[in-house]
Amino acid sequence: MTYLADVGALARKDLLLELRSRDTLPAMILFVVSTLVVFNFSLPAETGDLAAYGLLWVAIVFTAILGLTRAFAAEREQRVLDGLVLAPCDRSAIWLGKGISVVAFLALAEVVALPAFGLFFEPVTWELVAAVALADIGLAAVGTLLAAMAAASRARELLLPLLFLPLVIPVVVGGVGASIADDPGRYLGFLGLYDLIFAILSWASFEYVVTE
Amino acid sequence: MSTSLPNNRTAALAAAAFVLLLGGVALAFYWVPNAPLEGFRQRIFYIHVPVALTAYACFGWAAWKALRLLSTRDQRYDLESYTAVHMGVIFGILTLVTGSIWARTSWGVWWSWGERQLVLFLVLFLFYSAYFMLRYSVEPGPRRASMSAVYALFGVVLIPVSFLAIRLAEGLIHPVVFDRDIGSNLAGSQLLTFVVCLAGTLALAASLYGNELTGKRIDERLRELREALE
Repeated sequence: MTYLADVGALARKDLLLELRSRDTLPAMILFVVSTLVVFNFSLPAETGDLAAYGLLWVAIVFTAILGLTRAFAAEREQRVLDGLVLAPCDRSAIWLGKGISVVAFLALAEVVALPAFGLFFEPVTWELVAAVALADIGLAAVGTLLAAMAAASRARELLLPLLFLPLVIPVVVGGVGASIADDPGRYLGFLGLYDLIFAILSWASFEYVVTE
Repeated sequence: MSTSLPNNRTAALAAAAFVLLLGGVALAFYWVPNAPLEGFRQRIFYIHVPVALTAYACFGWAAWKALRLLSTRDQRYDLESYTAVHMGVIFGILTLVTGSIWARTSWGVWWSWGERQLVLFLVLFLFYSAYFMLRYSVEPGPRRASMSAVYALFGVVLIPVSFLAIRLAEGLIHPVVFDRDIGSNLAGSQLLTFVVCLAGTLALAASLYGNELTGKRIDERLRELREALE
């Protein structure tokens, strides 16, 4: 139970920090809405309705990148990560706590983005909401680990998208499939499988990324 | 650190690769009968597919060394894993090039999103190129070694997941036009030629790997000596 308490404390710390400083979430919301507006102008008039769903997934992935580049900013600037690694808790709890806060930020950004998408483009279906929820978990699981890697590098913000995009192509496939296919179940199942595989892998390997 | 033994082995592997590849190409050109549908041009199969399988083997080898590094914390596995990824990327590029040539001769286009293997290798190429970016922008040391190892392990998990994703996407975004199911029913002469070519590319990869590993070790040793002198 101490493990869950550690995770809760770490996630609460991130959410409190954001509540007080409001660094990341407003930027993510503004970014995702701006992206949707840009898409309106990048889609020619004859483009099918389906294209809008594809672009929504691009917007979600890019918004996740925006949030993830900030995910370890405080830890890096104030050298908090060294302290966290020294703390008497399992290192994977750091990943889980950070992952929970990333999911929370992404979900809050989407609470604005999905109605905006419904307003500007196509109706938001239940399948789309389910796919977005499942995708958030996968994006946060992989993204938190890669963000910790990128934070330790010189390139930082530059490196994260390069590491992140090839890994989340399957999420985009599953998400687009669930939004437009006649049988969304297969794609939702695939998203769930992706979440499971990569959450376990990231959970197990996070320790090696933050320690020497 | 003795380098004479691995060098002999590398030389033997290089010789084996030369003989096997020469033999394999000769068999592919002069012995194997023309394929029923594709005719003469189908013979690129005997280079393209072994090269692709060799690239998978390199990525798998890199992941195995990465796993050894994480479990033993022995730093020498870092260089081995890195060299294996390096070789995998080289063979991955060869796969993309030969696949592209095959697509051009078969369908008249240099690129087809309907070709699973090619799309998968494009994704893997991007993924492993980022591996190099990661290595170049982190200070050398144990932390870089374990980060690279974790990334290499992600790669080997990404291969089947991406393959599944590409299959799912195919039916959805691009109709499946081409079905190339040659590998499943090889006749005797075709199978033998294929095995000879595969052994040749694997031996080539192993000898390049040994060679590159020796070179990288010498580089590292030289850097240590320079630092010790300063």
